[in-house]
Amino acid sequence: MDRRKFLKSLGTGMLGAAGTALTAGRPRAAEMVGNSGKEFKGVLVDTTRCIGCQSCEEACAVAHDLPVPDDIGDESVFGQQRDTSTTQLTVVNRYETEKGEIFVKKQCMHCAQPGCVAACLVKAMQKRVDGPVTWNANCMGCRYCMVSCPFDIPKFEYNSWNPKIVKCDLCWERLQEGEIPACVEACPTETLLFGKRRDLVEEARSRIYREPAKYVNHIYGEYDVGGTSWIYLSAVPFEQIGFKTDLGTVAYPEYSTGFLYSVPIVLILWPAFLMGLSYLTRREEEKEE
Amino acid sequence: MSAQATPHEIKSLRDVIPFLRNELKPKGKILTPFNIISVPVMLLGAVLIAYRMVMGLGSITNLSQEFPWGMWIGFDVMTGVAFAGGAYVLTFVVYILRIEKYHPIIRATVLNGFLAYVFYAGALVIDLGRPWHIFNPVIGNKFGLSSVLFLVAWHFLLYMTAEFIEISPAFAEWLGWKRVRKILSSMTLGAVVFGITLSTLHQSGLGALFMMAKGKIHPLWYTQFIPILFFVSSIFAGLSLVIFEGSISHKVFSDQLNDEHRASHHDILIGLAKGCAGAMFAYFFLKVLIFMHGRHWEYLHTGWGLWYLVEIIGLVLIPCYLFLRGAMYKNLTAIRIAAIMTMVGIIVNRLNYSVIAFKWYIPLPAHYVPHWMEIVTTLAIVFAEIWVFRWIVNRMPILRKPPAWATEE
Repeated sequence: MDRRKFLKSLGTGMLGAAGTALTAGRPRAAEMVGNSGKEFKGVLVDTTRCIGCQSCEEACAVAHDLPVPDDIGDESVFGQQRDTSTTQLTVVNRYETEKGEIFVKKQCMHCAQPGCVAACLVKAMQKRVDGPVTWNANCMGCRYCMVSCPFDIPKFEYNSWNPKIVKCDLCWERLQEGEIPACVEACPTETLLFGKRRDLVEEARSRIYREPAKYVNHIYGEYDVGGTSWIYLSAVPFEQIGFKTDLGTVAYPEYSTGFLYSVPIVLILWPAFLMGLSYLTRREEEKEE
Repeated sequence: MSAQATPHEIKSLRDVIPFLRNELKPKGKILTPFNIISVPVMLLGAVLIAYRMVMGLGSITNLSQEFPWGMWIGFDVMTGVAFAGGAYVLTFVVYILRIEKYHPIIRATVLNGFLAYVFYAGALVIDLGRPWHIFNPVIGNKFGLSSVLFLVAWHFLLYMTAEFIEISPAFAEWLGWKRVRKILSSMTLGAVVFGITLSTLHQSGLGALFMMAKGKIHPLWYTQFIPILFFVSSIFAGLSLVIFEGSISHKVFSDQLNDEHRASHHDILIGLAKGCAGAMFAYFFLKVLIFMHGRHWEYLHTGWGLWYLVEIIGLVLIPCYLFLRGAMYKNLTAIRIAAIMTMVGIIVNRLNYSVIAFKWYIPLPAHYVPHWMEIVTTLAIVFAEIWVFRWIVNRMPILRKPPAWATEE
């Protein structure tokens, strides 16, 4: 048992709630490498190439045993903005912009340091070593992951007695078998590119350098919320195609670390302080008598 | 009904059952207005809970993908726990500072706090999608150590235990278990120290839950100091509830009180009012500092700014002043009004974080508003807590003096 593991289990056993986040490691954002040392994989989405054929939606439904939408290839679905749902892990939306129609695929961003994973009190949400953020059935259904996700991705089955949290899992099972995500495989226009995240950022940069007039000089997800496994290229500023651009570059778990770090301090100082105070008041009482 | 229960001692296990059977019988009138209102609500609540367990959360709530937390979290848990804060504040005053003046109300307050945790934090069970996994973070079906909610869950559990130990001497006195009482009361100070520490952390922890909702909570409310604000406000939330509950109990359970207790009641309320005023002023000051640092002047002109001012001036500063004035002029009516205003302020504040100013950018038709069935379920839980509280107060030495044998030592 190494020291970190020992400290972790000691903290768990003794104090349970002592906020042992102190010993919990986190990925180094700049390198996009998890604790395992393995590099995260991800997908580069070049929105300038998407034609809105919805092949990815269909492939996704098939890969996850979900009902295949019967409106695949039907233009009318783009009439309104769609959101992912408990039966659709990815959707393509159309945006009217200064450079014409742009189609944007939406799914879980698979953050390098996900808010949902930090939120989960039973580690049902997990950041896997090769990048995917997945959900497990030991979940208790508290929905704190939904509150903590900057992109509102986790969806909850409100009409089931045995509900699940549903979201894109980057085809984690396929990845383990050496395959690539179903949506990437299905894409006919190479809008989607699967690979090591570091390589994807390189590729995205070189596309911008090669055609600076075609792209805005911003790779969405490179730094946003501390970096995401899915990154996007666009011809127009990202706020025009439905992206939140005000999320900042701080990874979401960082927002609660300040509180978590103060927990062991309070847990040690308060009892000592209170016992001391109690001792003082007792002595005075005795003197009076 | 005799307030001074007939002296009894349970010597063998055989005595326990007839004793309990006798105690389970209703005492006092049955057809009171409170009973007539509360019984149908509780029955309806039970039906709704059963229905929700079969049909899913969506069947009786207005929760959605945009609003995963509604009234059951925002009111039952967030507000209920803040109101239960009186227990840790008063145990600090009575057992650590040893201010004997507040001793007559300590048991009622701790009992109320304990039941609040059991019922309102217990209401979480019906809000959880998969409640059969509720013990996973305890039994180690994965410890989510980096989660604020993990800390809050453990603290709820541990704090309930601490409060149970604090109140348990009253149970032992009721059962007439002298030796058990001796052991239990020797544990009180330890439980109090532990309980105050846990309360500090999970009262603020409830606020810390919202740290990762950055961008979803209106900038006037979202600040990195949410945990501290939640902790400080739990002090006066708890004390206000003690004033409110004490004023009602004083009338309803007046047969439980002796003359000495009755005489000290006014003095106690005035003392609590001063405590409230102090904590509220500190809270108001913090709010102003945070507002200044946040530089959110531009929001003050909007409807949200007005709503913010209603909360911090109308429901913090004004009741703070009323408390102070009430304490100065010994005006109990002013103190009671201030307590009610403060409680409304706490409800508004906690709902702002969880529901109202949460995703403020989604306007009303699409914004979450509780379903009437959520409200009925909440009411049923509140009534159930009051029933249990009343049952215990009528049987155990909570408001009345402990039996002579217990105070002899």
